[in-house]
Amino acid sequence: MTLPLAITAPLSFVPIIAIESVVQRVFARVIKTHPGLFDRLADHAAKRYAFLPSDLPIGFLVEPAVPRISVHRKERAPASDACMEGELVLLLALLEGRIDGDAVFFSRDLTVSGDMEAMLALRNALDDCEIDLPRDLADLSGPLAPLVRRTAEHIRERALGRVFKEEAPRWN
Amino acid sequence: MTLSTSPSKPVLSLGPVYYLWDGPKWRDFYFRVADEAPIAHVTIGEAVCSKRLHFIEPHVGEVIERLENAGKQVSLASLALVTLERESQLVRGLVRDSAHSIEVNDLSALHLLAGKPHSIGPLVNVYNGATARLLASRGATSICLPPELPMGSVRGIVDENPGVDFEVFAFGRVPLAISARCAHARSKGLIKDNCQFICGEDPDGLTVETLDSQPFLALNGVQTMSHTCQALLQELPELAAAGVSRIRLSPQDCDMAAVAHIFDDVIAGRRSPREAQATLAGIYPNRPFSNGFHHGQTGATWISAEAGAEAR
Amino acid sequence: MELICPAGTPAAFREAVDAGADAVYCGFRDETNARNFPGLNFSRDELRTAIAYARGRKVMTFVAINTFMRAGQEGLWHQAVDDAAALGADAVILADFGLMAYTVERHPKQRLHVSVQASASNADAVRFLVEAFAAKRVVLPRTLTIADIARLAKQIDCEIEVFAFGGLCVMAEGRCSLSSYATGKSPNMNGVCSPASHVRYRPDGRDLVSELGDYTINRFPAGEAAGYPTLCKGRFDIAEERGYAFEDPVSLDVMDHIEALRAAGVSALKIEGRQRGKAYVAEVVSVMRRALTAGATERPALVSRLKALSEGQKTTTGAYEKRWR
Repeated sequence: MTLPLAITAPLSFVPIIAIESVVQRVFARVIKTHPGLFDRLADHAAKRYAFLPSDLPIGFLVEPAVPRISVHRKERAPASDACMEGELVLLLALLEGRIDGDAVFFSRDLTVSGDMEAMLALRNALDDCEIDLPRDLADLSGPLAPLVRRTAEHIRERALGRVFKEEAPRWN
Repeated sequence: MTLSTSPSKPVLSLGPVYYLWDGPKWRDFYFRVADEAPIAHVTIGEAVCSKRLHFIEPHVGEVIERLENAGKQVSLASLALVTLERESQLVRGLVRDSAHSIEVNDLSALHLLAGKPHSIGPLVNVYNGATARLLASRGATSICLPPELPMGSVRGIVDENPGVDFEVFAFGRVPLAISARCAHARSKGLIKDNCQFICGEDPDGLTVETLDSQPFLALNGVQTMSHTCQALLQELPELAAAGVSRIRLSPQDCDMAAVAHIFDDVIAGRRSPREAQATLAGIYPNRPFSNGFHHGQTGATWISAEAGAEAR
Repeated sequence: MELICPAGTPAAFREAVDAGADAVYCGFRDETNARNFPGLNFSRDELRTAIAYARGRKVMTFVAINTFMRAGQEGLWHQAVDDAAALGADAVILADFGLMAYTVERHPKQRLHVSVQASASNADAVRFLVEAFAAKRVVLPRTLTIADIARLAKQIDCEIEVFAFGGLCVMAEGRCSLSSYATGKSPNMNGVCSPASHVRYRPDGRDLVSELGDYTINRFPAGEAAGYPTLCKGRFDIAEERGYAFEDPVSLDVMDHIEALRAAGVSALKIEGRQRGKAYVAEVVSVMRRALTAGATERPALVSRLKALSEGQKTTTGAYEKRWR
């Protein structure tokens, strides 16, 4: 289950800077509404986290302590302390705490490398945040807003169904 | 009791044989200990697996007699993991019938021995002075601390409990875990209930290697042990100064009388720890030594005297 | 039978309460509990809020302070008990005798449960804990069979809680130094097992190799589900044999034995998994809640639902069925 072409294709043409501006607003909003995140991350807030959606040509670098999120083309990925790779819907569903990190990881749908402790801290901190993308993105505007919202809805429709409904995950 | 400013030198003790040795081998081992080893306290008996008891039972009487005639104090080990009714009965019988001090290796014996003098084995969790105090108040006169305790904890516990004899696990593969399931039998295609006493094939444990051929652990029936042999030789002066009164040697399938002499020599100052270490490696060859637990590090590591001194 | 549910975060706590827990257990964000993982657990304020949330919905809160006090740092553990008592914990779950003695002395009215980490695996052991510390409930090791539990229940004057779902320790709990042997971090003293700080996943060709400290714990060919490198769940070589030396990586699941556990006199069923996400907690708790009331015909469907959230694909009934030994 990868993202439909309708979602991914435009990304190849959109300037990074435009994507970044949307993502930064989402990030700023998350940080503002979930201050407990930093408390939970403790020293791990100073780490650099890379998120690489396997179905997109771009990656995200999150530096919570700055705080900053940056977007880059995969071939120009900056260095990170911990890295998570998987389909965008899984990464975003994980962000929302809608699916269990352990269960997905065991299914090998996610690949984690680098500082595992930092990534675990982030996963646990996010899990406590009750991030709700459609809600948090409701007032988002701009050229990419429909795309972002569509992706968020996609998570609800597909990712959750996959994990929680009879449609069993691919274990092997 | 000696003043804490000038503690007396510790004496050696010998823990129970954790491995399955056949009866005659087990008997002869203790005869040699009785005749030749400078050891003051000897704990005998089966602590690991209740199924093995019949191997040593015929020889217990003569072994105790030989050890006592040689002036050794003898204690009997209780089982480390008691889950079956039969095992509960065994521990009750041991406590009821034994004229000897019991070494407690599980909480059931603690209940049965309340108010009677007994010793605590290294498999009971004593991590702090308060726990030692509680056990002493219920009759424990000596306590062998868990092998994973760092020196700082040993010092603190001993300081808080004058009047209790503390013992430190100073030689042997470290008992790391125990299970109701038998990985040893499993590794040879058997199950615990029909194990054919297969662990007897490995009188010094069966090595577990990583998939990259790195020796890591050792199986001994339901017990999992370290691949390395813990050896606290260079640490003996420090342990003595902290007031530890007994140094425990855990039997390996090697010349334990010779091992005891090495430790005795270092305690008495007749031999340097460095020289003793080299001799020990000859007596128990092909087994890496470790002392990481003592130094609060990864248990499997070896920290040389120089590095250890720097760390402190 | 009560349903005792895990919470690693306040969000998971609320999910557990809402999903039908009778009690939720959790710990402070430090070494005083056996799930001292990064980003997990509760501050004092969070616990206060959680207890109020639970109490408003007639749900109990148990606080796990189930590691062993490190000599010289006992204050950390004492403070945890003092705070749990002051915040109104319905029970503290303890493993260390020294800490139990402290609790009995300072907080004689505080209900004391014995953690599985204390390794009370037989009637005499439980008697010791009841007699020495007035323990009201004991969480039994996962090494016991249902027959063992039933026999034990008749002999003791203490409630029994058993693990019904979640990750399985193959070693006797609270008596395992494998992790500190390989990493220096001890389950008993530091509240961690196979800590993430020492974990590395290394791609090797098409294989994924998991390492803990200096040791390879497993190797997964392409396509095989990868697991966290928990020491006792690794693949090793023993003589000519290669495989899971201690156990296959499966989860504990005794759903099929609910009636037997009830008949055995068990007071409470416990779900493992404070380190799991809130989605897992919500799902497992609600299914378990339904399974407790469901008939035997409905249960298999509920069980298969839980399997998706288990480690790996399989679940095991563990030692609860004798043949596992």
